[in-house]
Amino acid sequence: MSRSRLLPLTGIVAALAAWQIGVMLRPASLIPGPIAVAQGISELAVRGLLVKYVVASLFRVTWGYLAALVIAIPLGLMLGMMRIGEMAMNPILQILRPISPLAWIPIAILWFGVGDISAIFLIFLASLLPMTVATMNAMHNIDPVHLAAARNFGIPLRARMRDVLIPAILPQLIVAMRITLGVAWLVVVAAEMIAVNSGLGFLIVDARNAGNRYDLVIAGMVLIGLVGIVLDLLMRRLERLDSVRWGYASE
Amino acid sequence: MKVQFSDVSMRFGAMEVLQRITLGAEEGEFLCIVGPSGCGKSTLLNIAGGFLAPGSGSVTIDGERVTAPDRRRIFVFQERGVFPWLTVEGNIGFGLFDVSEDERRARVAQYIELVGLKGFEKSYPRELSGGMKQRVEVARALAVNPDVLFLDEPFGALDSITRLQMRSELLRIWRAERKTVLFVTHDIEESVQLADRVVVMSARPGKIRRVVDIDIPHPRDLSSRRYIELRDLIFGEIGLAHQV
Repeated sequence: MSRSRLLPLTGIVAALAAWQIGVMLRPASLIPGPIAVAQGISELAVRGLLVKYVVASLFRVTWGYLAALVIAIPLGLMLGMMRIGEMAMNPILQILRPISPLAWIPIAILWFGVGDISAIFLIFLASLLPMTVATMNAMHNIDPVHLAAARNFGIPLRARMRDVLIPAILPQLIVAMRITLGVAWLVVVAAEMIAVNSGLGFLIVDARNAGNRYDLVIAGMVLIGLVGIVLDLLMRRLERLDSVRWGYASE
Repeated sequence: MKVQFSDVSMRFGAMEVLQRITLGAEEGEFLCIVGPSGCGKSTLLNIAGGFLAPGSGSVTIDGERVTAPDRRRIFVFQERGVFPWLTVEGNIGFGLFDVSEDERRARVAQYIELVGLKGFEKSYPRELSGGMKQRVEVARALAVNPDVLFLDEPFGALDSITRLQMRSELLRIWRAERKTVLFVTHDIEESVQLADRVVVMSARPGKIRRVVDIDIPHPRDLSSRRYIELRDLIFGEIGLAHQV
């Protein structure tokens, strides 16, 4: 096995071993060890909850995230092209940005009641601002030489969008999409703690409330981590497309 | 006159960049503009290209006043003007949005051939050397059949061997296509090798010090007496003793 595979594996095994040993040395910590957590995960699988909860969480993230992209990318493009729009909108964006999506929970419940829509709305909010700002910034980072060349050839607006503006921002856009998906996945847990009865966030709250099943609490955490890393790896594949590879430093 | 600068002046804030430039380039002429860094030669070219409005005075091309960039006159930047997200083919065909698909393909093939990039049609710029990228940009400019080419230190980022090769390539292409060329450089040797006439500018504020006719037929012998005479004349005009 190559070093690049062996070392990460060693790290994981060492961390698991340290965890197990720590739990055995200090049982009073009340934290279940990795073996108990693995049993918890298999229990979830057997009860059919594993797939159900992962799918439920992914479902909410997908809709909230996609809805945010559909609005944020065109909005960011527009703001990036029109100086006036940007000057008008930028203060609002900057003020909204430091507000945690979780602060919106009461308003989400007020508007959409307790349920799926509220959770999706929170994920949507969490994704909307970073994507809008990233798209706008990407527009500003376009090399002026490329804009000048496009102007020189006098190509019409639609072709300019398709052949210059969009491809020019695409590498940065993909990075922003990847980071934003990470944020959306972070928020899903909190969103599911409010008021739904499925999903990995619900699992964590429910396992604690219904009998202090800390093995299931940690199982939920582990699953969140694993799904998160899979999402990230999938998004990274986009960065290898031929028409965007120029935008990354390693090239 | 094909390109005519009439009494062009320019200032950026308090800084006077160009002072009353009057200059003409004839149809099909290869005109080089040389001068020390910061003498405003690039600014002059950007005004002619329509990217900057002159502070006063005007530029006309075929008697028509230049107010904006136009696809009949194409500006060639250093090699970084190629679009890194398009292939060689995509770059060269970039300006051909208003012709049929067949004609586009034919023109792209023709100019790929002309600049010697056959076999690289599907390559991306990151897979090409600096010289090849510069060829792509020249081909992209020529493909839309402009009547004037503006080149702003196009070979400035290339190594000296590639630069020499690119000069003879450019001359070959220029003889084949007979465009009017305005070529800005700070390299005096380069200007004497390429130009029909060399416009020598002074340091800021840029003024025309002298216009030198290069009366040596192509291909030019770089060790001929006349070449050295003209080169030294320009060096002297810029105020550089030709010694290291």
